[in-house]
Amino acid sequence: MTTATGSRIVSVGHYQPARVLTNDDLAQMVDTNDEWIRDRVGVVTRRIADNETVADMAAAAAEKALAGSGLTAADIDLVAVATCSSVDRCPNVATRVAAKLGIAAPGAYDINTACSGFSYALGTADHAIRAGAARNVIVIGAEKLSDFTDWTDRATCIIFGDGAGAAVVTAADEPAIGPVVWGSAPEKGETVRIEGWRPYIQQEGQAVFRWATTAIAPIARQACERAGVAPEEIAAFIGHQANARIIDGIAKRLGMPQAVIVKDIVESGNTSAASVPLALSKLVERREVPSGAPVLLVGFGGGLTYAGQVVRCP
Amino acid sequence: MTRDEIIAGLADILEEVAGVNPDDVAEEKSFTEDLDVDSLSMVEVVVAAEEKFGVKIPDDEVQNLKTVGDAVSYIEKAGS
Repeated sequence: MTTATGSRIVSVGHYQPARVLTNDDLAQMVDTNDEWIRDRVGVVTRRIADNETVADMAAAAAEKALAGSGLTAADIDLVAVATCSSVDRCPNVATRVAAKLGIAAPGAYDINTACSGFSYALGTADHAIRAGAARNVIVIGAEKLSDFTDWTDRATCIIFGDGAGAAVVTAADEPAIGPVVWGSAPEKGETVRIEGWRPYIQQEGQAVFRWATTAIAPIARQACERAGVAPEEIAAFIGHQANARIIDGIAKRLGMPQAVIVKDIVESGNTSAASVPLALSKLVERREVPSGAPVLLVGFGGGLTYAGQVVRCP
Repeated sequence: MTRDEIIAGLADILEEVAGVNPDDVAEEKSFTEDLDVDSLSMVEVVVAAEEKFGVKIPDDEVQNLKTVGDAVSYIEKAGS
């Protein structure tokens, strides 16, 4: 296999479970209300999986992305899945996706950096292609956070949802996935936790909010610089869909007058590693920005980890 | 910087971050009760205050800042 000068996203796809959980539904379960949730978090509805597993949702999203790519299962030589909510330790989600899609012998790994996972996985896919370790990659973010949600905790259960998004990435002469800027803040790791046996998601909301609204804008700016794209030229900004006010805060600090500020959180909630590819796939489906336009992706969250890159819209 | 100057600076921040009328900002006013600043807006106020006044306000300290006067005193002390 030969090395390539770069890579690009050819196509995207997403999957969300059918069941819609509204703020009014949650108000029946815990002491909360629609106005409070809209104002503090920005979520109006979220989708909750019933029988679907993380692998089911990942495969469904991947199947759609593959169908739009012009490639077949036989062309795929690497499957990378970002998730922090797969209950099974082994086999991993990537090999299960490969089995479902009939991809015969791909490299297959899961990556867990929680909410920043898709940008990390996309970075590794780009690197694998540049290094000659892969040619055609499916990169997926998939989460079933409802399995890890404490439905009696009004501070967290209003936030999360389930879903998956996927992208087919191939070698390209003209690099269309910018260099990934990634890192973490291990000293703040305890502010978001899914720990122990049969755990629930716990987080220190204000501390995470402060970190996200101050630390992420410089990372996003760096991702733009590394890609040689000015923030003013960004056509769409897809930050991790954690909280509408965090997204607005980062966008304001960065200054992206042209950009569509994507807020899929309104209809999908926070789906951790799935949030960025899910929002990207829906953005492409709506044809809100033209093919080839620069889109800034930035994931951040549990760990605390972060990663971002500028990609050309498929 | 005098207490009045700090209050004026905080009033600017509160208007920008949470849409608070600067005329309502006074020492005895509670951020949450009187000025309707929610917990997330309070974080934004604190971050903006750190930048404006060149002080550090750690997370643990934020919960002690109940009134505008509390914040003024903290900034006065931290900045001296």
